Amino acid sequence: MILQADTLTVTRGGIPVLEEVSFDLPPERALVLRGPNGIGKTTLLRTVAGLQPPLKGTLTGAEDRVAYAAHADGLKSTLTVAENLTFWARVFGRDEIAPALSAYELDALQTRAAGQLSAGQKRRLGLARLMVTGRPVWVLDEPTVSLDRDAVGLFAAAVRAHLAAGGAALIATHIDLGLDGDALDVSQFRARPQAHDDFDEVFL
Amino acid sequence: MIPLLKRDLALAVRAGGGFGLGLAFFLIVVTLVPFAVGPQSELLGRIAPGILWLGALLACLLSLDRILALDWEDGSLDLLATAPLPMEGIVSVKALAHWLTTGLPLVIAAPVFGVLLNLAAPGFFWLTLSLLLGTPALSVIGTFGAALTVGLKRGGLLLSLLVLPLYVPTLIFGAEVARRGAEGMGVETPLMMLAGISLAVIALLPFASAAVLRVNLR
Amino acid sequence: MTSIWEYANPKKFIDTSDRVIPALWVLSLGTLAIGLIWGFFFTPDDYRQGSTVKIFYLHVPAALMAINAWFMMLVASLIWIIRRHHVSALAARAAAPVGMVMTLIALLTGAIWGQPMWGTWWAWDPRLTSFLILFLFYLGYIALWAAIENDDTAADLTSVLCLVGSVFAVLSRYAVNFWNQGLHQGASMSLDAEENVADVFWWPALVAMAGFVLLFLLLVLIRTQTEIRARRMRALLARERMQ
Repeated sequence: MILQADTLTVTRGGIPVLEEVSFDLPPERALVLRGPNGIGKTTLLRTVAGLQPPLKGTLTGAEDRVAYAAHADGLKSTLTVAENLTFWARVFGRDEIAPALSAYELDALQTRAAGQLSAGQKRRLGLARLMVTGRPVWVLDEPTVSLDRDAVGLFAAAVRAHLAAGGAALIATHIDLGLDGDALDVSQFRARPQAHDDFDEVFL
Repeated sequence: MIPLLKRDLALAVRAGGGFGLGLAFFLIVVTLVPFAVGPQSELLGRIAPGILWLGALLACLLSLDRILALDWEDGSLDLLATAPLPMEGIVSVKALAHWLTTGLPLVIAAPVFGVLLNLAAPGFFWLTLSLLLGTPALSVIGTFGAALTVGLKRGGLLLSLLVLPLYVPTLIFGAEVARRGAEGMGVETPLMMLAGISLAVIALLPFASAAVLRVNLR
Repeated sequence: MTSIWEYANPKKFIDTSDRVIPALWVLSLGTLAIGLIWGFFFTPDDYRQGSTVKIFYLHVPAALMAINAWFMMLVASLIWIIRRHHVSALAARAAAPVGMVMTLIALLTGAIWGQPMWGTWWAWDPRLTSFLILFLFYLGYIALWAAIENDDTAADLTSVLCLVGSVFAVLSRYAVNFWNQGLHQGASMSLDAEENVADVFWWPALVAMAGFVLLFLLLVLIRTQTEIRARRMRALLARERMQ
């Protein structure tokens, strides 16, 4: 198992939103999270990425193995496309950005400042960043926002290549990417309201 | 660490990076002081060490909210937190980048501004040395303040309110070195204290900054 | 033997403090009245300072509590960081405005005392300056609590600020001492105080100080109850929104 969540409880603003979340993510598989807006998919993904601690439960295999991508791409508008990508590669102790550039068809834009890209191009650059990290587990929060049909195809191909190379992906998305993997509806883990009489509980 | 430092320095010197703003602000403060207190060169020479220190401190304060807020807004901070860098290292590099782009130029420019304020001849060396020792502490303390207020929409004013009281010891000892130096008195004690504060702050405060930054990213 | 941490349960804390608060009202106001009336009306005038010396019965206890309140916040912050009891964080939050008002009382009574004594309302004396800096620390701490929406985040951040602030407050005290030697009289109310202050002044001052301590306790308990209820209300509203 590359990533394993065992009876995880995650909180937003101190209040549990999902509880008893358990899943296994084997190598070469993708797990697509589904569920209505506000159910807590983002919170779960941030917990898996290590940005916030779970309230209860254990998460194995996430430490230093996750590459996270969310709504904000972490791009600097005054740096060029290549500079942005090189920076993230170096942060993760790597150097090569050419495969990532070509996978998202960004070669021609290399010397363009990131601030001059369109929303979809920025998104592609943000997703290309995942490839230069060299991390085995991709944790993606709505990765296809502002991507057109062709770009979604590029993204799906990149994920498939990543899985084929032994990686895994945990993706919250509403689009069918045609990936080799399972879907997990997180609505079933929705936190039950606790009894109101225990005074201490209501603080949590 | 090194790539982060390089990126921050590159960002600072490019368009809109704000490099030089602190220096310009420092110049304006120094220019305004004689308008406020009068042009008598004897009076200006007497208050010059304090004014120069205060001007440098305010110029430093001006750019503190850029240390982390920009990375917060574009999501870089989240991504850096998931990168294989310790949070303590990230905030230290951020403080170092701030010092290199704000503090160091102030140190270099301070003697020139000393001329404008009729600083006594022996004071130039001590003013520069005290700023060289003290401004790193200002950047590190400022990074702590920036980490505290990073998630707040209008954190700038609060940042000043939190950071300025923390600047008191550095300001007192730093300005004391410059003043005593200018008056030809012994500077050993305040100089040691200033160096001690800077070293202790650089060694310890990043742990607090990292802790509050983790809380803010939650 | 029940553990002291039982009172970290908000319900238990509110139940217990509900029973303590009425007694504290009587005790603190009674002690304060005795100390202040004794001090103001039944002690002789100082041979140098005349009757102005009597402001001392407000000034010294307020100054004492200004520092002790911060110290209490520091302890409560540490408890929150280590054991994560919500009541502790809320008690620190509740104590801050009380401590700030105590600091303000100490500064104002000091100015009123200083005017006839030193001929000036304010001097950059190390003690006065230190209290002014302490006042700024209180302001920042309270402002940070007020600025952050999420209660747990606010508790974490203010706790670290309180810790770091404490270190810098002590540093500032030494720095300020170094910077100006000052004209304030030495600590006349330390435990070896008999040497500095005659018994006739010492006893009513001790009672007044006890009164201030009790008053501080009372105010912090009441305010902590309020904070707990406000916190519970926010949590219930947040939960309601999620259903």
